[in-house]
Amino acid sequence: MSFRLSYRADPGNPWFSWQYLRDNSDTVVAALRDHTTLTLRAVLIAALVAVPLAVLAYWYRPLTGPILALTGLLYTVPSLALFAFIAPYLGIGVATVLSVVVLYALLVIVRNTVAGLNQVPAEVREAAEGMGYGRWGRLLRVELPLALPGILTGLRLATVSTVALVTVGVVIGRGGLGQIIFAGFQNNFYKSQIMTGTLLCVLLALVLDLLLVGVGRLLTPWLRGRAG
Amino acid sequence: MNPVRQALLWLNDPLNWTNPGGILDRIGEHVSISAAAVLLGCLVAWPLGLWLGHAGRGGGLVVLVSNLTLAVPTLALLTILPLTFLGFGRPAVVVALAVFAVPPLLANAYTGVRQVDPEIRDAARGMGMTGTQVLRRVELPLAVPYLAAGFRTAAVQVVATAALATFVNGGGLGEIIRLGFGLSIAVGGGQILAGGLLVAGLALSVELLFAFVERLVTPRQLRRARRGAGRRAVDAITGS
Repeated sequence: MSFRLSYRADPGNPWFSWQYLRDNSDTVVAALRDHTTLTLRAVLIAALVAVPLAVLAYWYRPLTGPILALTGLLYTVPSLALFAFIAPYLGIGVATVLSVVVLYALLVIVRNTVAGLNQVPAEVREAAEGMGYGRWGRLLRVELPLALPGILTGLRLATVSTVALVTVGVVIGRGGLGQIIFAGFQNNFYKSQIMTGTLLCVLLALVLDLLLVGVGRLLTPWLRGRAG
Repeated sequence: MNPVRQALLWLNDPLNWTNPGGILDRIGEHVSISAAAVLLGCLVAWPLGLWLGHAGRGGGLVVLVSNLTLAVPTLALLTILPLTFLGFGRPAVVVALAVFAVPPLLANAYTGVRQVDPEIRDAARGMGMTGTQVLRRVELPLAVPYLAAGFRTAAVQVVATAALATFVNGGGLGEIIRLGFGLSIAVGGGQILAGGLLVAGLALSVELLFAFVERLVTPRQLRRARRGAGRRAVDAITGS
């Protein structure tokens, strides 16, 4: 009898259980932290590489085609194959996961930044030139600020897809929340564990996306009236 | 020994190709799973996209679907679906992959119908065609290049994603990579790299094949005009 009483929830295999979450909060929180830091580091690195690349493509038009084609080609390579290419060199570890997701995030950010920079009206560019801005001054104080909406769109897409992509890291045992999902699958198909991992992934993507929207609104006060 | 040499050695062993569960078997599984998934995706997404485009409604729905699937990890869907009524095995994997084929198919079908010149639509109506006739005999033929573009994007994406089916024992080329990782990098490095090359090669061939098909079904007069438009439709999915 006491055995039965020890179960509060359905002893079967529920889709979600608070019991699981309470009993395993340490593992879940650790995986969530892992996932979040991986995502943030990846997007940060990707942005630091992608924005200069986009500026290069914008300054030297002949480079636009090759840069976009190269990043596009990287996007066609399946994620698991990319893990397979990189892992024999960088080994089983965070560096491999990080490189793979950075490579994927690159394309999205480069494309959107180039699009954003190209949307800067020619009159504005000429006006800036007329006011005596040099190439760098114009870039930093006129063109990049005006391209911010495009850059932010790229960052948002890159962040959301990175959150999903990190889970593929289970192949080398560094999948963040993917670890929870996969463990649940191997653990006699424990539904609440799989569901917890999945829901946290989607929630993390949503929260980071909303954060970026907020940052975007703070950075582009001149758009606020129009957007509302 | 360096991994590239190891990979070449592994690929050069005929038994690795012809053994049960060898490369040929895996390619067969990979292609059949992907084909089934893309077909299923087409059956769902094309009628819906064409109809939404014809009615001129649901643009928001199309965007919502693509955003939602972007945030859901493939791994999650692959592990969740076998636990539903679909059961373990092929059907669950195919459905999971089909879900990721839907956004490009849907968006391109929708855009394909929406981009038809309103004057052509008016002319068709003026000739006395009914709504269904306009869709079937005017809008559908004009949307074919877009449908082909969507098909190509979806096919490449599904072939790429099908590599992950190995996590739920769904077979396919991903199996080679995962088994390689199971052997540890030092021993299985060559096999891992070889598997990666096979998966990437398959994805690239599918891309090239359907790029060719896309060109074939696009009437010559439309080719140049459409290039920009097609890219825009694809960009609408990746959002870039």
